[in-house]
Amino acid sequence: MMMEKISNIARSPGDPKVINTGPSSFGASDRMARNLGWFSLGLGALEIVAPERITRALGMEGQESLVRAYGFREIAAGMLSLSVEKKAGLWSRVAGDGLDIATLMAGLRDDNPKKGNVMMALMMVGGITLLDIATAQQVTARHATPTRRGACTMTAPAIRRGCRRRAVSPPGRGARRRLRDPGNSCLRLSASRLPPENIRAGTGGGLLVAGDVGSGRASGYELQGYRM
Amino acid sequence: MKALVWHGKEDIRCDTVTDPQIEDPRDAIIKVTSCAICGSDLHLFHNFIPAMLPGDIMGHEMMGEVVEVGSGVNGKLKKGDRIVVPFTIICGECEQCKRGNFSVCERTNRNKKLADKVFGHTTAGLFGYTHLTGGYPGGQAEYLRVPFADATHIKVPDGMSDEQVLFLGDILPTGWQAAVQCDIEPTDTVAIWGCGPVGQMAIRSAMLLGANQIIAIDRLPERLSMAEAGGATTINFENESVIERLNELTDGKGPEKCIDCIGTESHVSLGQPDTILDRAKQIMLMENDRPHVLREMIYVCRPGGILSIPGVYGGLVDKIPMGQLMNKGLTVRTGQTHVNRWTDELLGYIQEGHIDPSFVITHTVSLEKGPEMYKVFRDKQDSCVKVVLKA
Repeated sequence: MMMEKISNIARSPGDPKVINTGPSSFGASDRMARNLGWFSLGLGALEIVAPERITRALGMEGQESLVRAYGFREIAAGMLSLSVEKKAGLWSRVAGDGLDIATLMAGLRDDNPKKGNVMMALMMVGGITLLDIATAQQVTARHATPTRRGACTMTAPAIRRGCRRRAVSPPGRGARRRLRDPGNSCLRLSASRLPPENIRAGTGGGLLVAGDVGSGRASGYELQGYRM
Repeated sequence: MKALVWHGKEDIRCDTVTDPQIEDPRDAIIKVTSCAICGSDLHLFHNFIPAMLPGDIMGHEMMGEVVEVGSGVNGKLKKGDRIVVPFTIICGECEQCKRGNFSVCERTNRNKKLADKVFGHTTAGLFGYTHLTGGYPGGQAEYLRVPFADATHIKVPDGMSDEQVLFLGDILPTGWQAAVQCDIEPTDTVAIWGCGPVGQMAIRSAMLLGANQIIAIDRLPERLSMAEAGGATTINFENESVIERLNELTDGKGPEKCIDCIGTESHVSLGQPDTILDRAKQIMLMENDRPHVLREMIYVCRPGGILSIPGVYGGLVDKIPMGQLMNKGLTVRTGQTHVNRWTDELLGYIQEGHIDPSFVITHTVSLEKGPEMYKVFRDKQDSCVKVVLKA
């Protein structure tokens, strides 16, 4: 509500102002995706700016370039998770988690004095991976766009009307024939009621003939309009 | 009152807000009876159009009953009148309005100085849109203040339902203007990218204007079916090459007229690699729009043809093939819709039964369900093509 109150400065006195907020289009899983996106950006920035601190803490000195590369990967995943394509961002985070786990496993050597830190990091990454997977699944389910190829299985009444009357004319020249189907309730734009001589009234530009600027009025079928 | 309010990217809420008040003698207040979610609302939903502020009320397709009029409306409206509100606010008196260029009215944008700086010269004020176009509260609400109400309205004749006339405020004249801008000839093939509501209206308008062949391009079966029912030959760009198919359907010459009913948010897919690059640039704030359709139209259009662009673009685009555009001698026509230029004749068509734009409605729900319907419409769930909200 703070931002809404500040933005009221840009409104005039008669404009409506928010009193109470209601249900949002932004779901809990969307919010979690956004949080994970910000987490990615933060972690990515750390990996790019201070990779040596991370490798030292894990006893994996010499892997700074790899950690920095992972930082860029985190930034990319974070930006995607914050964008409209959050599904792609979250699943790329899951893939990135796999890479992180594989890299950390390499640090679980007996001669690594920081083996305990690596184990702790693995547990953290494992937990985050579970969270990433759960969020990615929820977001994918919430924003799934059904893909129906071929058969018309739509539910909305207007579309059912359209599909029942689906034309079968070969592609190309049959469009106006289909238009003249008097029972085409989905169309309801009957060119047959517009005699061809009137459709083609005037010169050159088809239906519209040059008229006075500002007239833009229909007179029966004799259209007077704007020639662009 | 209840209203659908923008709180940030993908965050629309049904809020309780204060009622609008008359501010100017030319204002009127309407009780909204029906409003709709437009494809361009999704650009705001995704925060692709700059200068939205938390607390902005959405919606620019609405109609209702006049409940209060200012003293300067001069009898052009009275309590009880049913009106459709065009999405462009017009004064009816400036030079542009007198020319019929209503969407670039010089007086209705209350943030004119900002718009002058961003656009070079101001455009008209728009309802439920960015503060670059005035930041006027929109009509996805129970009540709406209509500025310049004496000019900014379309009176509804008795006996017509909301569903018959609601789309006179935006998508019907937008599709119509897109087709008119093409100067359609009887031998023309008109290719229309996007079979959403505006695309559907453009298909029917091109048909009415006498196009020989109309080709509609989309990927969603329900929208392609609706386009076919409107008389178009369809191309599913996920199953076939748009350019190859368009050339095949035009004896290798390409369509004479091309209409972009997509705008800034072209579908991103591996089959259209430029859309992936555009999306990456968008995320990194290196580009505002994804102009895949523009590129494709320029490439496939027949030399000497016309490109009509009703689809909304927000800012800067990359990699537009100006060499192809120039050397092929293509004409580009675009713009927000000059709604009131077309409404009289379109209303006449509706009254005479030639057009019933209600065919496009797939969902009618209460205003409270608006936030959920934004998600359904955006994700193309439940075969959603057009949502009408009842206040």
